[in-house]
Amino acid sequence: MDYSSSNLFVQMGEWLSDPENWSGSRGIPMRIAEHLGYVGLTMLLALVIAVPLGLYVGHTGKGRILIVSGVGILRALPTLGMVFLFALLFSRGVLPAVWALVLLAVPPVLSGVYAGVSSVNRTVVDAARSMGLTEWQILTRVEIPNGLQVMLGGVRAGVLQVVATATVVAYAKADGLGVFLVEGTQINDNGRLFGGAVVIAAVAIAVDGVMALLQRFAISPGLRTARPAAGSQQESGRQEAVASAQGGTT
Amino acid sequence: MTSTEQGSTTRPMIEFRDVTKTYDRGRPAVDGLTMDIERGKITVFVGPSGCGKTTSLRMINRMVEPTSGRILLDGQDVAEQKAAELRRSMGYVMQSSGLMPHRTVLDNIATVPRLNGVARSTARARAKELLDVVGLAPELGRRYPGQLSGGQQQRVGVARALAADPPVLLMDEPFSAVDPVVRAELQSELVRLQRDLAKTIVFVTHDIDEATILGDRVAVFAVGGRLAQFADPEEILRAPVDDFVAGFVGRDRGFRHLSFQEGEDVTIHPIETIETGRLADPSVTVNSPWTLLVDAEGRPHGWVPEATRESVTSQADAVPGGSLYTRGDSLRRALDASLSSPSGLGVTVDDDGRVVGVVRAAEVFELIEAGRLDRGRANYNTAV
Repeated sequence: MDYSSSNLFVQMGEWLSDPENWSGSRGIPMRIAEHLGYVGLTMLLALVIAVPLGLYVGHTGKGRILIVSGVGILRALPTLGMVFLFALLFSRGVLPAVWALVLLAVPPVLSGVYAGVSSVNRTVVDAARSMGLTEWQILTRVEIPNGLQVMLGGVRAGVLQVVATATVVAYAKADGLGVFLVEGTQINDNGRLFGGAVVIAAVAIAVDGVMALLQRFAISPGLRTARPAAGSQQESGRQEAVASAQGGTT
Repeated sequence: MTSTEQGSTTRPMIEFRDVTKTYDRGRPAVDGLTMDIERGKITVFVGPSGCGKTTSLRMINRMVEPTSGRILLDGQDVAEQKAAELRRSMGYVMQSSGLMPHRTVLDNIATVPRLNGVARSTARARAKELLDVVGLAPELGRRYPGQLSGGQQQRVGVARALAADPPVLLMDEPFSAVDPVVRAELQSELVRLQRDLAKTIVFVTHDIDEATILGDRVAVFAVGGRLAQFADPEEILRAPVDDFVAGFVGRDRGFRHLSFQEGEDVTIHPIETIETGRLADPSVTVNSPWTLLVDAEGRPHGWVPEATRESVTSQADAVPGGSLYTRGDSLRRALDASLSSPSGLGVTVDDDGRVVGVVRAAEVFELIEAGRLDRGRANYNTAV
């Protein structure tokens, strides 16, 4: 592609505004769809692994140390390195890349779910148990709804990381938004390289916005409301109580 | 309710049989507890911290499992019942309300009926009734627990415990986290509720005053999980069984014991009164050292001393009075009314709060002394 200037930002603008880049199987919309497809698949696998594990550890308190150290180890793994390792060990194609992304997504989701459950006030859980809720009912009706804010925070962090990192798929197969980065580097097309980076950033921001909305609507209003200012509430029978506590005075 | 009907009415509702609870090789938290908890009464477990009162309570609904011994609920060993179902058959109120913050007040109250399979609309309708029973406005039902005051939350906690109409209520220091005014209010409402409901209530507190106000029976626990004394509150105050109980009951126990002595025989003397409306008229004089100021309905509003009659032209100038004695109340109230009154005369009112006369401390003391002599003759065959 020929640019009218050697300026990086001008090139980026021209690349982004070229209608040819917005159509066809190699166009930006198609790449976004592919990219989000990988993100979705990755998150699905990560949730299936991390949510039950996080709920179990959070509810029972068993294996806490394992979770904390495991999460630490997983976080230290370089994703691109894992893509190549999995590709060498198992198969070609996109699956090694997806599994490498799952390793990236599991830590935030797992620690979010675990922290969400353990963040629920133990007194509330104790009261629920005392009333006769079974352990399963405590988990589903008390711990999950009350820990949802923290849990979704973990999922949101995971999604954001995966959206940004799913570019590694392009190393295994010419798919997703990473293609613009790989091609841009290979053919020394800076407009494509930076234009692609801007698209990835925009997608990440949009996805995060959707997650934020979801988080907002999934949380019970009871967990958002602040205590009203002291003295503003109407305590019924309070006047009589004052009188009776003092034995009545002449 | 069903179990009350099925069970024999003479059998205690809850029986502890040599129950011991030991945590990890430590000293026992509860040591060989054997006691019967009467049906339809309030039994209070009281004692200092670490005496095993809460542990004993929590063993009833299996929130804590005993190390040895048996607990029978209506004749059946609780260990043989499913924990969740057992717990649903008893109401539970705890110190911090423990309400679910993500659910509205109504849905919190409806929790146990919903678990028992009651339809949502029926459970909510019942929850609305219970709001009224515990003295809360119906519009609070739509609020979330975080929007309520501490006292309101405890009321909701009580309503929630009552929702499935269980025969047994377990209350673990339910009023200790609210301020004294609200606590007094909640205590008197519990007594009022209990008059209608006649539940078997096990109530844990560290406050001996609360124990003697609420309890039909009081169990005093000593450190180490030993049941030191189990008796009527009157007896606990009058005749503590050992030094531990005497020390725990405290130095005001002689005075507190007067709460259990009827004041029917206290002589009520007439008292000169002046109406608030006539104060401003200087021609209206008073003829006693102390004249009682009353409003048009006859309710007391302080005292007018003879010496300073001229300077008292409105209710605000009157000398504030002491506590009121409602005719027929206990000797403790009669004595307090006369001791707290600036005139030394305890203002006595009827049930509508209208002045009927005054009582004198010296005469209350005579009654106390006479009562002591009677008991002395009856219990110890002595006249001293």
